[in-house]
Amino acid sequence: MAEAVKTVKVTIDNITVDVPVGTTILQAARMIGGDVVPPAMCYYSKLQGSGGKCRTCLVEVSKGSEADPRPMPKLVASCRTGVMDGMEVKNMTSPKVEDARNGVVEFLLLNHPLDCPVCDQAGECHLQDLGYQHGKQGTRYEFKRRTFEKHDLGPYIQLHMTRCILCYRCVFTADQLTDKRSHGILSRGDHAEIATYIEKSLDNNFIGNVIDVCPVGALTDKTFRFKNRVWFTKPVNAHRECKCCSGKVTLWQRGEEVLRVTARKDQWGEVEEWICNECRFEKKKTTDWTIEGPTHVSRHSVISQGHYENTIKPKETFTAVHGGRNPQLLMDIHSVSEVNDPSIDLSQINGPATSDVYNHSTKQA
Amino acid sequence: MATKLLLAKAHVEGIRHFEVYRREGGYAAVEKALKMEPAAIVEEVKKSGLRGRGGAGFPAGMKWSFLAKPEGVPRYLVCNADESEPGTFKDRYLMEFLPHLLIEGLVVSSFALGSNRTYIYIRGEYAWIVGILEQAIAEAKQNGFLGKNILGSGFDCEIYVQRGAGAYICGEETALIESLEGKRGNPRIKPPFPAIKGLWDCPTVVNNVETLAAVVPIMNMGGEEYAKIGVGRSTGTKLISACGNINKPGVYEIDMTISVEEFIYSDEYCGGIANGKKLKACIPGGSSVPILPANLLLTTAKGEPRLMNYESLADGGFATGSMLGSGGFIVLDEDQCIVKNTLTLARFYRHESCGQCSPCREGTGWMEKILGKIESGKGAISDIDLLWDIQRKIEGNTICPLGDAAAWPVAAAIRHFRDEFEWHVNNPELCQTQNFGLAHYADPIHVPA
Repeated sequence: MAEAVKTVKVTIDNITVDVPVGTTILQAARMIGGDVVPPAMCYYSKLQGSGGKCRTCLVEVSKGSEADPRPMPKLVASCRTGVMDGMEVKNMTSPKVEDARNGVVEFLLLNHPLDCPVCDQAGECHLQDLGYQHGKQGTRYEFKRRTFEKHDLGPYIQLHMTRCILCYRCVFTADQLTDKRSHGILSRGDHAEIATYIEKSLDNNFIGNVIDVCPVGALTDKTFRFKNRVWFTKPVNAHRECKCCSGKVTLWQRGEEVLRVTARKDQWGEVEEWICNECRFEKKKTTDWTIEGPTHVSRHSVISQGHYENTIKPKETFTAVHGGRNPQLLMDIHSVSEVNDPSIDLSQINGPATSDVYNHSTKQA
Repeated sequence: MATKLLLAKAHVEGIRHFEVYRREGGYAAVEKALKMEPAAIVEEVKKSGLRGRGGAGFPAGMKWSFLAKPEGVPRYLVCNADESEPGTFKDRYLMEFLPHLLIEGLVVSSFALGSNRTYIYIRGEYAWIVGILEQAIAEAKQNGFLGKNILGSGFDCEIYVQRGAGAYICGEETALIESLEGKRGNPRIKPPFPAIKGLWDCPTVVNNVETLAAVVPIMNMGGEEYAKIGVGRSTGTKLISACGNINKPGVYEIDMTISVEEFIYSDEYCGGIANGKKLKACIPGGSSVPILPANLLLTTAKGEPRLMNYESLADGGFATGSMLGSGGFIVLDEDQCIVKNTLTLARFYRHESCGQCSPCREGTGWMEKILGKIESGKGAISDIDLLWDIQRKIEGNTICPLGDAAAWPVAAAIRHFRDEFEWHVNNPELCQTQNFGLAHYADPIHVPA
């Protein structure tokens, strides 16, 4: 018996939406979109079991459900809490949530080095966005920040643990994409760190995806490190025939040069399709790829500066626009400026100072 | 003389061994239970009003009735013997001296819940108790009270002892389950609760050692009789492990009707404050519950004498009350420094935070550093407010209760002893050589009419 997909009504920040049973609050909010979507640093819809750790997506449930209208006593992690019929959730509209989220952001930034000026992730860093949205200008932390040594996880990936916020995304990625995960969390508490057991390299054909899932600059592409700032590069969608992955990627170009290859990401910054190491690290020539066109970049992102996705060309010809006239120059500055008048000595015009001007004035004095 | 249900036979010579335990009337509960319906046993525990002895005080019968019972899926009972809360050592005593009482309770509970494989997850530091328990299990097996077809009832039950590796967080039930499965002991995100999806994704009940041991007297005397002991919703007896500046530290069994004052000062229990000093403060239920100054400890804010039970200790909420918690009763005399005491606790929670969720991972370390600063006389008044703000942002925002457990002691210390913190800030040199002393904490508090 085919059963129709059951839907439930959930209200988030006074916007009601019908969602299928089993949807989480965060997914329901993403269906609405816009400002009601709580930020998520550790949740990744493509990774099973992720979420619940960073606590940035905390929301207030002011009405449990139609059947049990009691509010939930604590703020809940929206990424791991399923919706109930008639549930009412407050995200933007709850001062309690705002306060808790500010606290969480402060905790996340507490030991973060804030080395954005030299960090490769800057410009596409989720923690940076979160910090702008909820952070304070100064820190109340006056002690030495926690630091770790940098580690090379094989030839392509560098781990800079000092920047890590322990979202566990890379651990889940390695667990779910590769056969044998060889990195995980060592130690506990504020000294917990992502590590391989004694500096082993990560060499699986899909391990490069950990770079894409990292919300901060803890895992970086060694082929791209310090090559360029992301906002100077132009993302274009491209594809190639690949034996082991979809081959659908985003190329980050500067001029003709391909500086970096990443998987394509959706509007929540999540990878659409995983790509293999060969596509990511070894195909760094434009000729390796079939270019589809510019990648869509949100206009709120710094990467969108100078990034033109849909250039509109005038349909009429130039002459038609000018009413039949066919001017040779767009603007005839020659007739306005005396700079180009051959009868005037350039030195007579109040132009920029030259050494002659200087010599002349000192001689007089 | 107080009623003793658990520790009545604790001092019988050789009670650790099966023959003596059996001679003293042991395993009668198993014999009785196996003739009953499992649901009837759960009903009996419900009637007894037994509340979880691990700290949260959730009714045990209710927890058992939440256990999902899908067809063809095994169910598990896990005994939480990862007793790591500073100040709590009641389970150690119980397991060390009366291992068969726990085994008996486990067999009865396993039968009631339908668990054929039951685990005791014991704290790694209790290394010597593992041997005692394993010997007790072997003896019970030899005598047919454990293993295949117990007493011819057709019920099979095996008990395994698993040692932890020394993590406080593994006392949290979902972290315990993770650790038992052989993974890193990180608490799981709830829901789903263990009663639906616990050990190896099967329905699981996790109970404290004392809770499971208390099932034995409940079976022997009946739930209704058991509920008559104690007062209100605090039924039965509770083991209290008293320590600190008292004359007679140790594990005491109380019936929850006695007052805190009697417990501290009577010779039957703690025997008063050591060296003739005065009582300054007390942490009544293990390190994570709020500390109370003497005046609020002995009487509630309403002026009634405070009793040693769940409701009375929690009277007044966290503003003027505390919790019975796990029963780790830590007494501080007039010579103790609250700032130093709070720092010690903060250091413990920082060390034991699993590092999974950000408020606890970063907040516990931050609190410890600020407390260290204040304690060493380098603090500022603004640090006290900052500390308050940090604990407020940790509490309730974490995955598991460890965040709350780390925040509450700091919150309570500032709430009740703020002038001592301020004294530390204002007298940076004096605080290194002297203690703040009693101040007004020992005075009876003024109750507005």
